[in-house]
Amino acid sequence: MMNKEQIIQCGDELFEAMCNRSTLRPFTERYEDITIEDAYHISLRMVERRVAAGERIIGKKIGVTSKAVQNMLNVHQPDFGFLTDRMAFSEGQEMPISEQLMQPKAEGEIAFILKKDLMGPGVTNADVLAATDCVIPCFEVVDSRIENWQIKIEDTVADNASCGLFILGDKAVDPRKVDLATCGMVVEKNGSIISTGAGAAALGSPVNCVAWLANTLGQFGIPLKAGEVILSGSLVPLEPVQAGDYMSVSIGGIGSASVKFV
Amino acid sequence: MADVKGNKLTQSQIEELAIHLENAELEAYEVTKITDDFPDMTYDDAFDIQWEIRRRKEARGNKIVGMKMGLTSWAKMSQMGVEHPCYGFLADYFSVPEGGDIKHDELIHPKIEAELAFVTKAPLKGPGVHIGDVLRATDFVMPAVEVIDSRYKDFKFDLKSVIADNSSSTRFVTGGRMADVADLDLKNLGVVMEINGEVVEVGAGAAVLGHPAASVAMLANMLGERGEELPAGSFVMIGAITAAVQVNKGDSFCVRYQDLGTISGKFV
Repeated sequence: MMNKEQIIQCGDELFEAMCNRSTLRPFTERYEDITIEDAYHISLRMVERRVAAGERIIGKKIGVTSKAVQNMLNVHQPDFGFLTDRMAFSEGQEMPISEQLMQPKAEGEIAFILKKDLMGPGVTNADVLAATDCVIPCFEVVDSRIENWQIKIEDTVADNASCGLFILGDKAVDPRKVDLATCGMVVEKNGSIISTGAGAAALGSPVNCVAWLANTLGQFGIPLKAGEVILSGSLVPLEPVQAGDYMSVSIGGIGSASVKFV
Repeated sequence: MADVKGNKLTQSQIEELAIHLENAELEAYEVTKITDDFPDMTYDDAFDIQWEIRRRKEARGNKIVGMKMGLTSWAKMSQMGVEHPCYGFLADYFSVPEGGDIKHDELIHPKIEAELAFVTKAPLKGPGVHIGDVLRATDFVMPAVEVIDSRYKDFKFDLKSVIADNSSSTRFVTGGRMADVADLDLKNLGVVMEINGEVVEVGAGAAVLGHPAASVAMLANMLGERGEELPAGSFVMIGAITAAVQVNKGDSFCVRYQDLGTISGKFV
């Protein structure tokens, strides 16, 4: 366990690293006894700094949910973090990764918009479906404030689940109208198909991911709230991106989202 | 496929190689890839060997019940080190009923792939067949799982060798729900492959040459090069949407298709 001063210091370091676009040594190398709970409190401190600087929390995310991503990052359990208004972009907008991010990687996923609160423990996938207003195609561009993405689970939880920026597509679909476990995903980059996947890639279903997130945050007394955006985790491998790249993701039965990186 | 046109093998060599490869299939043993012994053989030679195997089966009373495309994803082509898709035929005894048992001992080192099958209602004859022609000529689409089993040692081959070996064809299962192409988003159609209850592969239709119908068009065009066509009523499997996964005796599988139901089976 880390003490309170250490936690605050790590949260502040992360906030400053994000603002200055610099990277940090992994916390798991500096604090051998760091726990996931410590990491979560570091992330809260980092987010507190972002809110103090004028950002607003608009949702939550779960990450590292698919085997493809777990193997790439060598992290074998999901992480979780907070989304702010400054991270959100809309279909057709340019995403300024060269100004705002350091080591960006894009992932295709499904965003859930809630119409009811979900408070763990005990949230089931039926509860998630009942609380979901709509699902929207999404590109999340993750970034790490830890040097060379050398993260362990505690590093990425501390770093707010490696949140970067995200873009939501322009079609919202009632979850009753689509089978979220089998819906297919196709990701194209600069005109070539680079990967395909399906809903089951993320913990068996994106619905399971949202239930996991509600139950995990429930342990810390945090609900998923009506109106929030919940990113449910990548269905395909992460793709490094740079300014000038153009990507699109399409999801069977839902729609598509596209993004130009500048 | 840019290569020497015509044959470098004699008719009797083609017949001998067909017997050699078909025996390996029927008796389930491995052989070395044939280009090791015949490095100068051409693509025409390779297809002639495949068509000779087909002729032998038909002469023995087997019916040809469909066609398949193989190596249709860029990932698969790079995994196997080949540069172009290939086709093969499906004989009657390759067909396994949905939910049925596949006898592992009859095969060498089988793998399964999640695919889709197109059933046509009009002939398709290349050259020049495109996705639109295929969609217009399609009666319906249904799920299919292919069992592949290269007769070559360690599943290692080059494109000519695999073409001669009927593109590793051995068994298939089809079932689930049929659907009109107009009711499906074929490019984004998702598939989830589970073995023994665990998700092992996921993918979407676009993994096959960008669009599943592109695979059928390519088949019609490749057959057209030999003056053959796909007649109305053809059953065509498009090639793997997912990576091929090795299966062992006792394994059961279930492949779930977006909007098309599931297919399951078991290796005994």
